[in-house]
Amino acid sequence: MSELSHAAGKAAAAQDTSRKINLRALMMEGRALFALLLIVVVFSLLSPNFLSADNLIIMTRHVAMNAILAIGMLLVILNGGIDLSVGSTVGLSGVVAGMLLQGLEIKSLNVFLYPAVWVVIIVSLGVGTLVGYVNGVVVARLKVAPFIATLGMLYVARGIALLITNGTPFSSLEGEAGLGNTGFLTFLKGAPLGLPMPVWAMILFAAIFAVVLSKSPFGRWLYATGGNERAAELSGVPVKKVQTRIYVLSGLCAAAVGLLLTGDLSSATPAAGEFFELNAIAAVVIGGAALSGGRGTIRGTLIGAFVIGFLVDGLVLIGVSQFWQQIIKGAVIIVAVALDQLQQTLQKRRSAKAAVSPPKPSERTPAPV
Amino acid sequence: MFQEAASPRQPEVVLRAVDITKTYGATQALKGVNFEVKRGKVTVLFGENGAGKSTLMKILAGVESPTGGHLELDGERIELRSPNQAVDHGISIIHQELNLCPNMSVRDNIFIGRERTRAFGTVDYRGERKIVRGLMERLEEKIDPNTLVADLRLGQQQIVEIARALAMDARILIMDEPTSALSASEVEVLFKVIKDLTGNGVAIVYISHHLEEAIAISDHAVVFRDGELVATEDAANIDLPWVVGKMVGRAAEYDFRGEERDYGDVALSIEHLKVVDAAGEGRLAVNDVSLTVRHGEIVCLYGLMGAGRTELVEALAGRGAIASGSVKLGGGDISGIDISGTSIIERIKLGIGLVPEDRQRDGLVQSMSVGQNLSLSSLLELTKRFLISRGRESSRIRDGISEVRVKTPGPGAAITSLSGGNQQKVVIGKMLLTDPKVLLLDEPTRGIDVGAKGEIFSLLFREAKKGLAVLYVTSEIGEAITASHRIVVMSKGRVVREFDPYTASREEIMAASGESEVGIHPIGTPSE
Repeated sequence: MSELSHAAGKAAAAQDTSRKINLRALMMEGRALFALLLIVVVFSLLSPNFLSADNLIIMTRHVAMNAILAIGMLLVILNGGIDLSVGSTVGLSGVVAGMLLQGLEIKSLNVFLYPAVWVVIIVSLGVGTLVGYVNGVVVARLKVAPFIATLGMLYVARGIALLITNGTPFSSLEGEAGLGNTGFLTFLKGAPLGLPMPVWAMILFAAIFAVVLSKSPFGRWLYATGGNERAAELSGVPVKKVQTRIYVLSGLCAAAVGLLLTGDLSSATPAAGEFFELNAIAAVVIGGAALSGGRGTIRGTLIGAFVIGFLVDGLVLIGVSQFWQQIIKGAVIIVAVALDQLQQTLQKRRSAKAAVSPPKPSERTPAPV
Repeated sequence: MFQEAASPRQPEVVLRAVDITKTYGATQALKGVNFEVKRGKVTVLFGENGAGKSTLMKILAGVESPTGGHLELDGERIELRSPNQAVDHGISIIHQELNLCPNMSVRDNIFIGRERTRAFGTVDYRGERKIVRGLMERLEEKIDPNTLVADLRLGQQQIVEIARALAMDARILIMDEPTSALSASEVEVLFKVIKDLTGNGVAIVYISHHLEEAIAISDHAVVFRDGELVATEDAANIDLPWVVGKMVGRAAEYDFRGEERDYGDVALSIEHLKVVDAAGEGRLAVNDVSLTVRHGEIVCLYGLMGAGRTELVEALAGRGAIASGSVKLGGGDISGIDISGTSIIERIKLGIGLVPEDRQRDGLVQSMSVGQNLSLSSLLELTKRFLISRGRESSRIRDGISEVRVKTPGPGAAITSLSGGNQQKVVIGKMLLTDPKVLLLDEPTRGIDVGAKGEIFSLLFREAKKGLAVLYVTSEIGEAITASHRIVVMSKGRVVREFDPYTASREEIMAASGESEVGIHPIGTPSE
């Protein structure tokens, strides 16, 4: 740490601003990474099982779903918004998949439709996307505050999931060979190359969105609208379109998690995904993103998801009570953000000092260091 | 200055600012200012926008703390860390911008933060009401203390702001543009109140853009230019030409009047344009304005604050809604594309873009780098198969940086690390990279130093020579004359006159804008 800050000081002195930014970003993400390393070291000392391959895969599998939700959440938070409806969307899309696998009865024709598995997957993802689209329209066009719009959707989506299931889960998801709809669970429970499907999905989502954020115009627009919406608008950035799209993508991420979770549980439960939104927000925030928008990365968010996942699983492993788990998790979130704020303040003070000192070298007085 | 100790009746200095400097980021707003406020006198501050007057007033009122230097009250050194501390020392301020809570009543606003309480800490509403009634009587205004501020018209809100400052019983009262929304009769009442106050020994510091009004009320005049105090004089020895001369100082270091004028076809044609005032009350911010700008021509829109210039250029850029009239772009002298119904994005594509007035709020994305800010408006052109082509983007950014001559350590530098002038060049460069036909700029040189001003105008003249049509808003008379092909003066939403910068005089232009002919009479002369 001291080496890092020493280097930062040198860079500032050399006025090499571009390098300073990279260092700063590194330090910011470095803090979450440091926390992750600390967690790994402490728990592996406390429990010999923590670092076993099996346990690492199990934990990563738990991390994966939260990470995918957090990636969608990051997009929304980069814009300065928030999406509280993702947990309910997880439940809804899982239930839709379950319903389709049970067969759709079309009363007027007196037939049961059994869609193929790929149709089931696409429709479920479509439902999540639609939920996100409604969020986006309500926020961008009707100008409802994101907190309120998605809070409303949290109830609506959960309600629909309960309506569809009438409150009881769908638990026969295997399908029948004669109906041509087998393979749903086999696909989701698969583990190509030894990695469970959720981990593959996490890698895929992370890779795609890392490229989208850093290399596409949409990504640049997103950072711009989050950084200064008025300036972005006057610069010709399609502010409303960007805002709508991020909720759509967040809904898509949630729907994917809904499918993965259904596979994990081998049943489609209307209550699935409750409070998932909070873990996702926590991961994004620990990963160094600003809730005011404009700052945050996929890498940071992934690290944030691992910090939360490994912390919780580690605490379970060493037998800490569930009540203490909650307290510790909460404290970690608060400390992470408080440290972030502290660093911002220090950064500002330093750059203000740097701006004041150069113009009058003749007046340099011995300043208290 | 003589026999100070012997005659206590002499105007004594109550507040002294010693060697005050103030820096914002990389810009120096005040450069070592020494300033005195005298008991029972009206000290008037003159200076163009960005000269440092308001910054100094904010320091005197504890709103901002100085980067260097200190304040002395009655000869004793004081430090003001908040406006409340200033009030405790007897210093209060009427801000340029209204600082009222529209959702609360006049009474609540006047006593906000300093509520009068009775036993058990409850607010003494009746007592407060009585005081407010007294204040309103003094200001000759019929405003009920219980009225919501939101229900008052702008001028009345300004009266409330004044009443609030009066309610503090200050020894030193700072008035920063207190009359901008007042009618002539209200100004007269205010001046009467000021005379009352000075008679009771209150020291007044007064700032106004209405120069003659300010000269009429002054006992001492102080002139600021570029963050420095350049002149102090007794009121008896000053007149309008003296003030204007000191404000503008030596001729600006740039003068583009010698540039050849070679205009092309009409690039922008505005006909009978009306824009509704966003502040409400159904007023028109822009009232029946017709104007053309040709390719290669630089037209300057001069006027006072609130003349409708900002609303005009924002409506042209697609931000404000156009109520009626037409705006046509390019297409020769006869017809063009009517853009009045298009979005900002479409207009940028068609070739008209705005460099906004408030660089920090509307111009820059502070969290992004110099390069990312520059390319923000032209990303789609740099995109190949959904992704931004890194090579094309960086070469475009390099071109941009060299074209507008931004001084930056590199395209990856934080935009906030640049000086105001260089930040402004980035905002202009961003628009130039979209290849505009018409460039609109709102106060393009606000808050930047003289050297950078010259650079920005030479940039605009270079682009104009290549055929760009430029329409820019300014409140600086010197700038209007030395850096434009044509001056269009606006007042109260209308175009009132056009001038040729070769032949027009400062006084003529100022008079047309209403700056130096306000409908008030010097105190003491009977009206009518």
